[in-house]
Amino acid sequence: MTNHYVDMQNSDCILIMGSNAAEHHPMAFRWMLKAKEKGATLIHVDPRYTRTSARCDYHVPLRSGTDIAFLGGMIHYILENDKWFKEYVLQYTNGSFIVGPNFKFEDGLFSGYDAEKRKYSKDTWVLEKEGSGIPKRDMSLSDPRCVFQQLKTHYSRYTLDKVSSITGVSKENLLKVYAEFSATGVPDKAGTECYALGWTHHTTGSQIIRTMAIIQLLLGNMGIAGGGINAMRGEPNVQGSTDQCILYGNLPGYLKMPSASLESLDHYLEKYTPVSKDPRSANYYSNYPKFFVSFLMSLFDNKATKENGFGYNWLPKMDDGKHYSTMHMFDAMYAGKVKGYFCVGADTAVSTPNSKKVRKAMENLDWLVGENIFNNETYEFWRGPGVDPKKIKTECFLLPAAATMEKEGSQSNSGRMIQWKYQAAPAPGDGLPVGEITIKIMKAVKELYAKEGGPNAEPILNLYWDYLDGAGHFDPLKVAKRLNGVFLKDTVIEDKAKGTKVEFKKGQCVPGFGNLQLDGSTACGNWIHSGSFTADGKNNMARRGKDDPTGLGIFPNWAFVWPVNRRVMYNRASCDINGKPWDPKRKVLEWKDGKWVGDVPDGPWPPLGLEGGKYPFIMQKDGMGAIFGPGMVEGPFPEHYEPLEGPLAKNPMSSQLINPAIEIFKSDLDTIARASEKYPYVCTTYSCTEHWCTGALTRWQAWLLEAMPEAYAEIGETLAKEKGIRNGERIKISSIRGDVKCVAMVTKRFKPFQVEGKTIHQIGLPFNYGWLFPKDTKDDSTNFLTPTVGDANTFCPEYKAFMVNVEKL
Amino acid sequence: MNNKREVVKLIDTTLCTACRGCQVACKQWNEMPGLPTKQWGSYQNPPDLEWNTWTLIRFQEHVNEKKEFKWLFRKDGCMHCTDAACVKVCPSGALHHTDFGTVGLNSSLCIGCKECVSACPFDVPRYNRETDRIYKCDLCYSRLRGGESPACVKSCLTGALDIGPKDKMLKKAYAKVKQLGGDANVYGDKFVGGTHVIYVLDEKPKVYEKLPRNPSVPFTVTIWKDILKPLSLLAAGGVIGGSFVHYILHGPKLPDEPGQEKGGE
Repeated sequence: MTNHYVDMQNSDCILIMGSNAAEHHPMAFRWMLKAKEKGATLIHVDPRYTRTSARCDYHVPLRSGTDIAFLGGMIHYILENDKWFKEYVLQYTNGSFIVGPNFKFEDGLFSGYDAEKRKYSKDTWVLEKEGSGIPKRDMSLSDPRCVFQQLKTHYSRYTLDKVSSITGVSKENLLKVYAEFSATGVPDKAGTECYALGWTHHTTGSQIIRTMAIIQLLLGNMGIAGGGINAMRGEPNVQGSTDQCILYGNLPGYLKMPSASLESLDHYLEKYTPVSKDPRSANYYSNYPKFFVSFLMSLFDNKATKENGFGYNWLPKMDDGKHYSTMHMFDAMYAGKVKGYFCVGADTAVSTPNSKKVRKAMENLDWLVGENIFNNETYEFWRGPGVDPKKIKTECFLLPAAATMEKEGSQSNSGRMIQWKYQAAPAPGDGLPVGEITIKIMKAVKELYAKEGGPNAEPILNLYWDYLDGAGHFDPLKVAKRLNGVFLKDTVIEDKAKGTKVEFKKGQCVPGFGNLQLDGSTACGNWIHSGSFTADGKNNMARRGKDDPTGLGIFPNWAFVWPVNRRVMYNRASCDINGKPWDPKRKVLEWKDGKWVGDVPDGPWPPLGLEGGKYPFIMQKDGMGAIFGPGMVEGPFPEHYEPLEGPLAKNPMSSQLINPAIEIFKSDLDTIARASEKYPYVCTTYSCTEHWCTGALTRWQAWLLEAMPEAYAEIGETLAKEKGIRNGERIKISSIRGDVKCVAMVTKRFKPFQVEGKTIHQIGLPFNYGWLFPKDTKDDSTNFLTPTVGDANTFCPEYKAFMVNVEKL
Repeated sequence: MNNKREVVKLIDTTLCTACRGCQVACKQWNEMPGLPTKQWGSYQNPPDLEWNTWTLIRFQEHVNEKKEFKWLFRKDGCMHCTDAACVKVCPSGALHHTDFGTVGLNSSLCIGCKECVSACPFDVPRYNRETDRIYKCDLCYSRLRGGESPACVKSCLTGALDIGPKDKMLKKAYAKVKQLGGDANVYGDKFVGGTHVIYVLDEKPKVYEKLPRNPSVPFTVTIWKDILKPLSLLAAGGVIGGSFVHYILHGPKLPDEPGQEKGGE
């Protein structure tokens, strides 16, 4: 989230799109309802009418997988109707920058595409620079090659007719949403967007979010109270786990995982440290080397030296151009290339797309280790439906883990807030915190290596591993302090701007990432956690101060928010170039008497218009909000493509049917049935309030199971009538990959779409059920239906749009 | 009733997201088991109030005269009437008015006669054959007495549930209805002497399933109370005496193990 939960109450217009907030983020929705009570409009755009829709001002149904078309139409509307916030776009975005002369977009493809590799070269996706190295700009925004004009041209194709025909949303509804949301493009209005898995679970997921980022920059909604783009993360602890690098391409704090061709520390740092020659760009990531070296120090401590590159070569490296997502892992496992599998706190036999492939893949394992609070379908795959246990060679272990209430530690919410929590009760039986299991296994591995040696011995033997307390148990405070950062020797830090010198002793906590050092004198496991402790070791995450000086619900003394306790990211953009808030009623920040007052500002520098002033988007190399965003693999402007498996044989926008940059998995079980008469209905999957994800934890809970007892599919009345299906009857849903039997829930909440002159039905089913429990269940994973395919940037799987058939049983 | 401690629970249906936290919290506090159910084509489960389900979110798909679709959520349960038919008909004194104005249930006094089941205008009390007793919400009397809000109110995230002094809650309800306009109305304060659970409804009462438009104490109950109750108490005394003898001879009735009982539909 750029903002935070409590801040949603400050909004005038909340667009909930890609989220079923009331059902999956009930606490977040509480703040949205507060905004509504104060007069805000709540809009729900979603393929399904859900409990969220019921509480919004109105619901607009759209065909699953067409969000970019919907939002592209909004960009077109904003530009055509002059709804954009001119001063903001001019001063704070790269709208005025000039795109390189060789950049092109033609018939669905940007310049630089290699069809064979399904990959772009980004050489032409560049912004031009003056001789001095400062980006060229056209402050009149009239140069046809300036970003603003390029944007206008690109989205001029997203006309109301076109968008309506693709999305199945009526023109009347499109205009209603566009007009309502773009009315926030003025200084004294705030609009926010809340999304969740409804956006990320698409082959174009990252680009959907990018499209919204462009809209929010055009409307001046970034950095302000009640604005921003708010990814609601929650159930599976997405925020905390991504902060700590659950994604294969990351190291903690979103540092980059090295790849094989970056053979030295210098080479690596050169690649990932951005350089800006513009004196007005803070380019904060120029500090990247300090964060990275401190991370290496946290791993290897006194074994890391300047001479050995602080142990850089002991880090594992990814092969260049290869990916290592869950889907890649199962693809490799299916091909027999993976021999052992730790499955911690997950039920992948139910949760990962293409369950048939996943379960077959696990049969190739020599061993499987589960760590969980309950047994589940993954750990029991060897005796699952259609599996002969005699033919399975895999040795399976299940280690009992402590549940969240049974351990002390930190917990991160979507607003980047890290709150310390305490153990409510010890885990029953042999249950241990997963952290303790990991530490004990690694300790044993280290001991074995010390005794017997083995491959890659250096990183294992040199790893700093002091995380147990006096009684031999996992010590969460020790881990948290290491993540925060500690001084490894006595250090004097000089602040030339303030003219101060501060002395820190060896062993003291680093009070903020501004103090991290390049010379190995600081160790920091996760730079964004820096500041979660004070220098003298006080745990800021445990703070519970309820004072709210801004009156905007910022509560600066409640727990700790990364980075540096900043509650609203990019908050310098909430003021004009002289530091005056755009909206005096929503004063996140104000430049007063030579300093910033309010939230923790994005850097201490004066506002842009004053001497020494800096641009507000300090994490961007150019300091600007990126309307032109060359970071994405599919192109700098988002474009509508159909899902890998959709109802159309042709993309109405171009000849490029599907996202040109997605990876196509090619095993014999990765089959696709696009625009097929056999599988004519669009299907989408989701969770329900009553269960958590695969239900691996909640299906054991009688009260929850009573409320949502078995698998069901939601089907509109028209389709049910066509198929002769009555409410409550058992039905079969099938895709080309597999089928699922469940109960039909015939509902008025699902209605057919008119798409490209055709009637398209959509159905939906939750993925909360599996064969293991409850006893005698007839259910199994919904993911027998879904394809192995994911977003081109993140490989987050496409769970939300694919094709099925429906039959009465 | 003129009672300083008199409370009213306000259910604002326009804030309810049907998360069913209240439905589960109720079971947790009152130690009611979750029983096997079937998916019957609805989010509403169990399909109706049960001896183990004292509060239930009803889900209703409604199309109004303007052809607009609405998904209505209504938390159903005991309305805690002032003029409570169940209390009037209860021969054993198991059902009674509490010092909060709510209708309490002293389960140990219940003789399983089911008179309350037929008398209740809201169809709330539920009989359990296994225990031969009646069950219903007592607005968490144990919590109220300890100064805590009922489990359902405590669990409500959105503020759809609130509890407080009667005048304060009524004022809040009417203010909300005024703000909402249209068909919005307050339900509960104008019949059966005023209920201690009131609704803010978005639609007219007749729109909601299983919500009586003009609930009243049945005529037969009035006759019962005024004329026949003294006689019934004599009879009940006999039954209680019989139960006591049964207790002495056979020991207490114990509830069955959860999971072994028949539940659901």
